[in-house]
Amino acid sequence: MSEVRGVVVAHGNLARCLVETVESISGVEGALKPISNEGCSPELLMARIRDAVGAEPALVFVDLASGSCSHAARLVARDGGRMPVVSGVNLPMLLDFVFHRDMDLAQLSERVVEKGRAGAIAHLPDLCL
Amino acid sequence: MTLVLFRIDERLLHGQVIVGWGMRLGIELYVIVDDELAESEWERDLYSAGLPEGTTAEFVSVEQAIDLFGELDARAARGALLTRGTAEMRSLADAGLLLDRRVNLGGLHAAEDRRRVLTYVHLGQREAEDLEAIQKASIGVSARDLPAGREVDLESLIDVLE
Repeated sequence: MSEVRGVVVAHGNLARCLVETVESISGVEGALKPISNEGCSPELLMARIRDAVGAEPALVFVDLASGSCSHAARLVARDGGRMPVVSGVNLPMLLDFVFHRDMDLAQLSERVVEKGRAGAIAHLPDLCL
Repeated sequence: MTLVLFRIDERLLHGQVIVGWGMRLGIELYVIVDDELAESEWERDLYSAGLPEGTTAEFVSVEQAIDLFGELDARAARGALLTRGTAEMRSLADAGLLLDRRVNLGGLHAAEDRRRVLTYVHLGQREAEDLEAIQKASIGVSARDLPAGREVDLESLIDVLE
């Protein structure tokens, strides 16, 4: 069964750190490709995303829903990329992604968003209540 | 005078602007002056997606910006006006709208005919000419990526270029 690749596009060193951390926790290597927007014009960032995605379908993770990474990824997707774009990338969603890359792309996108949301919990100690 | 930030930044509405400047200055309205975006509903939605609660974005062409400037500048909401390049901001300056404003240079990236003057600013002949014209028709032009960043005035940028 074919496995979807993930591309993580984020500010500064965030994408590289997330990808390295996912690899060290999951032991799955090569499933995710990091891209930084550092020093990129919108056109250059789009070209980097296009190169990373290539001809195969991929899931693209971006950090902020409204930011240069998200804008560039969604413009590439609009111009013919077979790539859902998921914003708010975090460790829980990436850890789930690397183990479910054989799923249908649209279903997988919904799934990782659920996992990302489920990972954000406010744990309030008694003293704060 | 509710428009409190005038910024030239190729990325227009993005993290640094919304978080770094917007949160600091309490920006509630982003006015994006761009002929292409003013025409494209899909791209307007793209740039508006994920704006923090209580903030809105309006997209106008350069011509509309000049016509509507007084109204946009008299809104109750504190606003930031953004352009993708120097040419659009120059049009506002040429129309005499920026005489009592300072213009922030926030991001012009590398291109074939541009030279790097700061990590986030690359200028070519055309950009330099536009900025000098804006400088003459405003309080001044300076580069600064974030509110806490170092402010570099236009003269220093042009010096690097020459």
